[in-house]
Amino acid sequence: MRPRFELLEPALIDRVVDEALALLASPGIKVEEPEAIRLLVGAGASAEGNRVSIPDALVHRALDTVPHAFDLYDRAGNPAVRYGSGAVHFDPGSSGVSVLDPDTLEARASQAADLARITRVADALPAYDAVSTAIVCHDVPTEIGDLYRLFVCLANSDKPIVTGAFTPRGSGAMLDLLALEAGGRAALADRPRAVFDVCPSPPLTWSEFACRNIMDLGRAGVPAEMVSMPLAGVAAPVTLIGSIVQHAAECLAGIVLHQLAAPGAPIVWGGAPAIVDMRTGATPMGAIETAMIDGGYAAVGHSLGLPTHAYMGATDSKVIDAQAGLEAGMTALVGALAGVDLISGPGMLDFLLAQSAEKLVIDAEVIGMVQRLLRGIGTPTASLATASFEAAGSEGRFLELPETRRLFRSEQFLPSRVIDRSSRRAWLDAGGLDAFGRARDRVEELLATHPLPAVDGSVAAAMVACVREAGAPFGLGEALPGVPEGFGEVRAG
Amino acid sequence: MSEELFAQMRQAVIDGDTAAAAALAEQALADNIPPLDAIDKGFVPGLTLVGEQFGAGDLFLPDMMLAARAMQKAIAILEPEMKRQATQRHVLGRVVLGTVKGDIHEIGKNLVGMMLATSGFEVHDLGVDVAPERFVSAAQEHNADIVGVSALLTTTMAGQRTVVEQFDAAGLRPKCRVIVGGAPASSTWAAEIGADGYSEDAIGAVALIRGMVGA
Repeated sequence: MRPRFELLEPALIDRVVDEALALLASPGIKVEEPEAIRLLVGAGASAEGNRVSIPDALVHRALDTVPHAFDLYDRAGNPAVRYGSGAVHFDPGSSGVSVLDPDTLEARASQAADLARITRVADALPAYDAVSTAIVCHDVPTEIGDLYRLFVCLANSDKPIVTGAFTPRGSGAMLDLLALEAGGRAALADRPRAVFDVCPSPPLTWSEFACRNIMDLGRAGVPAEMVSMPLAGVAAPVTLIGSIVQHAAECLAGIVLHQLAAPGAPIVWGGAPAIVDMRTGATPMGAIETAMIDGGYAAVGHSLGLPTHAYMGATDSKVIDAQAGLEAGMTALVGALAGVDLISGPGMLDFLLAQSAEKLVIDAEVIGMVQRLLRGIGTPTASLATASFEAAGSEGRFLELPETRRLFRSEQFLPSRVIDRSSRRAWLDAGGLDAFGRARDRVEELLATHPLPAVDGSVAAAMVACVREAGAPFGLGEALPGVPEGFGEVRAG
Repeated sequence: MSEELFAQMRQAVIDGDTAAAAALAEQALADNIPPLDAIDKGFVPGLTLVGEQFGAGDLFLPDMMLAARAMQKAIAILEPEMKRQATQRHVLGRVVLGTVKGDIHEIGKNLVGMMLATSGFEVHDLGVDVAPERFVSAAQEHNADIVGVSALLTTTMAGQRTVVEQFDAAGLRPKCRVIVGGAPASSTWAAEIGADGYSEDAIGAVALIRGMVGA
């Protein structure tokens, strides 16, 4: 039996949805894109300027057409992230602006080579079901920053990709890049490799770009993942439940717009909310209350039959220390117990500003443990214990039993050496390293041994050409940082 | 007699009691207390105390916000009389604030504005999604000493550079200093775009600006 965890009673979930619907009607949603307003009004909403009042009926109609499950596919075409299947998936948190340098412990501006490193590590670790465009590449022209990040992920991983566009132009170019490998836009919609994050603005606002983006993604049939971020007490009500209502209202508005643009297109009920620390105005991602808002809105999403996403497994610590471990561990645990379909956030430090490959490998252990917990306590033997006692004899020779050898691997999650379970003597002999030190070794080991993805040569060449063409007007140079040597080179013969 | 009223004013601000602050401002007018005295001896000390306690970690953002609102309300009531008497508050400096074009985040900026106002600066907050030209025209209109440009997104922070460039083009620097803030900004970034300063947080921003105007 999977362990159960209930943050909101069913009756409270109903109240959340009722109040979210009430907010959609009044004061309504600020919609800053003319076509989006026209679509909404054409379907029965009423608008005063850019303030759009959305009636219940429109929401219910959208909820009737929105899919309850869909998959993201890996390079080989196998479903790897199965939204709505009940499984909990993890990917590295997105869009850091720096990386924690493991040697200097400084946060330095992130570059394409850092994204390649993080992507290679996430590709190597089975704990990650997807990679993500985890950081901004400061060494690449800003105008093609979104496209280039996706390109680096495609060149360094076979896994599905959690990404997002910075501009409408970027979104179009990114879909074109994905379509090259999928075999066209229609094939891409059929078996999407990527999901695109789209962010409403708190409170209750869909910006011009977010509207454009969500409509374009819907029409392309490529999954959109709403990242609603109520900030409790500042850009949302101070109560956790009030922030959950706001999240629901923002996401329901997004679903209405998305389903009007493209009925049946896939979309995820996601977010990155946070409480606000009233001493500094900071928005802690490692706070337990932040995780409670996440778990709460996930319950609301599930009640509506929607796939869910959240930013959990991150920390606000600046280095990989005890705070990093406890915040990442606790929030990932809450997210998993809440049944969030895709949890982004591993690897992240400092309010989602910094990424770290070393934290990513530590978080992979968190994920291994959390996934084990979700499998629950099983009953793989006919009797729970009596037959084992009979077989083990009076001396209790359990270690010699075939069932012990057969079952221990499924009964136990076997952590990597990042988790220290050696004797003090053995630990000292191995260098007496702390978790961060062991993680540094593990990253180097993974990078040295994990094979690069095998990308079809002509597809790779087409991707390179696509990125070069998009980047040329903005000064993208000859070198393609973060892309494996020889990628996309057309070889003679 | 007015000492007692000043004490009540101070307390109204500390309590964040807008209604009480408004009533006390009205009473000051009725009692012919000079509006400047009401502000400087009554309301400001309350706000200063709240600011100090916030800095010490004993009070919190909502305390600051409500105190500032109570103070604003009182000043709004006293202002017409101040104008009539042709007096004005002594300000440490004039600051224009805003979030760059394309960016609608303003929590950090608002906090800076509030802390500056409570510290005795005249603050003109242009809000969010502010075009570079607006920063320039507002700085000219208010004769600003400092312009603070906020950005929260890595995708919009380039707008901070544009603002710096436009201030140079308009010949407003070095008389008016342009400083930057926001999650993706850093002192390295400030140096790269030629901004005059950067602060990591609101308390640091007040110290930075105080240093710049010599207050």
